[in-house]
Amino acid sequence: MLLPAFSAAHDGVHVRLIAVGSGQAMALGRRRDADVLLVHAPEAEHAFMAGGHGRARLPVMYGDYVIVGPTADPAVVNRAADAADALRRIVLANALFVSRGDDSGTHHRELELWRAAGWPDPPAPPNRIEAGQGMGETLMMASEREGYTLTDRATWLALADVLSLTLLLDGDARLTNPYSVITVAGAANEAGADLLAAWLTSDEAARLIVGFGSEASGHRVFTAGAPPAAAGP
Amino acid sequence: MTLLAESAGAALRLLLEGNRYVLETVLLSLRVSGLALLLGTAIGLPVGAALGMTRFRGRSLLVALVHTGFALPPVVVGLFVYMMLSRSGPAGSLEILFTPAAMVIAQAILAAPYIAGISLAAIQAVPVEVRLQALALGASPARAVFTHLREARLGIGAAVVGGFGAVISEVGAVMMVGGNIAGETRVMTTAIMLETRRGNFATAMALGIILLLLAFLVNAILTAAQQGRGAVAAAGRRAW
Repeated sequence: MLLPAFSAAHDGVHVRLIAVGSGQAMALGRRRDADVLLVHAPEAEHAFMAGGHGRARLPVMYGDYVIVGPTADPAVVNRAADAADALRRIVLANALFVSRGDDSGTHHRELELWRAAGWPDPPAPPNRIEAGQGMGETLMMASEREGYTLTDRATWLALADVLSLTLLLDGDARLTNPYSVITVAGAANEAGADLLAAWLTSDEAARLIVGFGSEASGHRVFTAGAPPAAAGP
Repeated sequence: MTLLAESAGAALRLLLEGNRYVLETVLLSLRVSGLALLLGTAIGLPVGAALGMTRFRGRSLLVALVHTGFALPPVVVGLFVYMMLSRSGPAGSLEILFTPAAMVIAQAILAAPYIAGISLAAIQAVPVEVRLQALALGASPARAVFTHLREARLGIGAAVVGGFGAVISEVGAVMMVGGNIAGETRVMTTAIMLETRRGNFATAMALGIILLLLAFLVNAILTAAQQGRGAVAAAGRRAW
């Protein structure tokens, strides 16, 4: 959605988009197979920057995660105080949580939530299974298996109609989902990378970001800039 | 280049130390594809034998259908099995979507037409006189059919081995109906996809090496079957 507008404004810069999870995006960056990264895994991003792999990291926008699950809600997640409490309820009710398990930003956030809920290592099957697939596949699996999962709101809204799942918890500060643009150190095209990073954080991009959600689903999904509480460590 | 060399080295270490994740993934692959092959043979071989030994109206249409089955795209089979086994599908009450059983069904559907088609060709190639002669010598009809099948055994073996090679390296159907769940439905092909996406090239390569070795084994057996024991014997005589 953003890239065509950028390309229209910058004739000389050709952007090749590779859509992968944040973990692999940073692996690409570490090997300098990419010049610019758009990622959403704050903890891993800090490690990436601390390791000297990035030149600059700028906030682009933020959305949020939600916890969804079967409409019957056997673990009573809809009464949970916060996201960590929701996870505890799922395990205590001996219900099923379906994890992305693919090193994506969502998977990283889920592991942080398990740590906050008291599991340094996340629970094993049958309470938690790892799909090792994308968000859409993971939501389908949760729907089929009558399990719970953590999803970004944009994917949830796009698929809610075909899933037998219900949104059960949102609004926790731990569920803020900030996206950053990182320019890779030693990249092949640093000038182009800087142009794209500057444009992604511009007012023009901000207008498109805010418009995206309302256009796609009638809900506002993303807000431009950094989240108010500057979420993340 | 360094990435490739480093990953290859790490992959070999994983293989040599018998890495548990790699081993479990390989074993599940062998179990799923092995069972699928049994099921596929149980369906495909009788079909191939019936079509290979008989002549009737509409036979060529059935043969064409079997050959169409050769080109069944794994993702289409995956889609079909997914819809059958989904909670809202006709067989949803079985609750076997995202289990190894679903993967066996999908791969058996892929293997059956392959086994039927190749064994059909082998059975057809046996001169019909073999069966007639057996009957003339007083064999029962069942015994005569068995004699016919025995003459085609190399081709039937090639069908089964080739079917195994086709399903063990297939990724589309097992990903869709198995779901690539860690420790439950993750097989070699789906693990290779995931580990590559995660940047764990060593693990992906270790699994890739085993898959290649299996493919090599399959093809070595196929080649030996195609050359036939006669050819091997002839080569041996030439060497003398």
